[in-house]
Amino acid sequence: MTTEPKVIVRDVERTFDVRRRAFRALEGVTLDVQRNEFLCIVGPSGCGKSTLLRMLGNLEKPSSGLLQIHHESAQRPLSAMIFQEESVFPWMTVAQNAAYGVKITGTWRGPESQRRVDELLEKAGLSRFRDFYPHQLSGGMKQRLSLVRAWATSPELLLLDEPFAALDEQNKALLQQELVKLWEEYRSTVVFITHSLEEAVLLGDRVAVMTSAPGRIKEVVSVPFERPRALASLRRSGEFNQLVTGLWESLREEVERARAAELRALAGRVPETASGGAR
Amino acid sequence: MKETAVRNPSVAVDLAARPASEARSKATLRQLLGPLQVLISPLVLLLVWEGAARAGWIETKFFPAPSTILAQFWTMLFTHGFWVDLGLSLQRLLIGLLMGAVPGLLLGLAMGLFRPIRIAFQPLIAALYPLPKIAILPLILLIFGLGEMSKYVIVAIGVFFLMTLNTFAGVMSIRPIYFDVAKNLGASRWQTYFTVALPGALPGILTGLRICTGLGLLLLVAAEFVGADAGIGYRIWWSWSVFWVEPMYVGLAVIAILGFAFAYLIDFAERLLFPWLRNPSR
Repeated sequence: MTTEPKVIVRDVERTFDVRRRAFRALEGVTLDVQRNEFLCIVGPSGCGKSTLLRMLGNLEKPSSGLLQIHHESAQRPLSAMIFQEESVFPWMTVAQNAAYGVKITGTWRGPESQRRVDELLEKAGLSRFRDFYPHQLSGGMKQRLSLVRAWATSPELLLLDEPFAALDEQNKALLQQELVKLWEEYRSTVVFITHSLEEAVLLGDRVAVMTSAPGRIKEVVSVPFERPRALASLRRSGEFNQLVTGLWESLREEVERARAAELRALAGRVPETASGGAR
Repeated sequence: MKETAVRNPSVAVDLAARPASEARSKATLRQLLGPLQVLISPLVLLLVWEGAARAGWIETKFFPAPSTILAQFWTMLFTHGFWVDLGLSLQRLLIGLLMGAVPGLLLGLAMGLFRPIRIAFQPLIAALYPLPKIAILPLILLIFGLGEMSKYVIVAIGVFFLMTLNTFAGVMSIRPIYFDVAKNLGASRWQTYFTVALPGALPGILTGLRICTGLGLLLLVAAEFVGADAGIGYRIWWSWSVFWVEPMYVGLAVIAILGFAFAYLIDFAERLLFPWLRNPSR
């Protein structure tokens, strides 16, 4: 039983009504996520990768198809999501924000939970700011805090939606390393959305490439690097660059297709909906 | 260079070669006197007024000198009637505020959170809100008579609409992502209300409260003009009917002070209870 995938996605489709027209964001998405795997998903913008993640996080429902997440332990919440946008609550202190997830998921077990929250705050370098409010923190600190809020719940599935996209390069590099260290230490199933191929290869065990809208899984590439990973030196290796280049070849086609569809939609000749239907 | 020195004393030592303490004392003096700047224009106005009254440029039957009004104020402070008026008006204002603000808050939250309630109530509120509440005062007097209840009700009705709309706007302005966070973590309905909707709507609610005290005072005074035999509004009206203008000005001053005090109190409570509101990161 333990070889059963953590997440099973079969033929999932998602349609939105955009200005009274049906817009197909996802079509025939089929994907497995293995237990304790770090899966990265890349794709051109607007390909529906965020929609897919929101479905895994119970924020959207598929229009059709099967989406199954294996919930193993009632002691742990099924999923916790980290968003690209700023999502820490401005009306809570750092400490309250950090403990929010654990408290709300009903997995709070007194001092034991508090210890875990404190430990993660310490690791995120936020201990000294426990009583601060988010408006007193930098962007990087806020994103670390939302990481702590999600991770403190020990979710069976950690969902990250371009969490570092809004950060500057230095902060991004530091946070990537911290995330990898955390994951290597605590292990859980991670689905990580990004538009950066470097990021995907640095962090992931596998990288799934999505097609332009309507999105589907084009291919899944395994990343052979061993753990624990030292991101800085990995970045400079030839194998790393080869992988990134290969992925870019695959993705470029889709980006170009997405661009062409955008142009057509702008010209107003072809409805945005069915542009991928011919494939 | 001078600017730098005042703003940043430590830089002053290097750049301006001036004793830091001198710059610092100038800075603190400015900080200390800064808030008093707001008093300049009212004081000038009062001085001009006083001078004009004494010189006989204005009719003191209508515009008595500020010093005369102040003397009248002082003597009234020692009369029983003044405190009865003040107490009654305050009681009416507070009970009316409570009667209007609490239902308004609840309806505003419900409208923000539930689509069916929003659809049901929004047109109604939008249609009734612009109606000047004073216009229904005769009706209120007819229904509730001259007793206390009519005063509570007219204040409550005005406050209710303002509070509903401001709370509603407050909920609608909450970024959807905060609800996403709660939902993703599996928060229950009530948990979402108390951890996201209510605190998220607080800026709107407090704005509502601020405007409500002003409107409440206005409606109360109007109601007391025509339908009361005590209260600050009544005292102003009474001053007119006996052609004694000084108590009228005292009444006006008391209302102004009340308005200011309420605004200050709300600001103070806000700073104490919701420090994050001073600098919301939205």
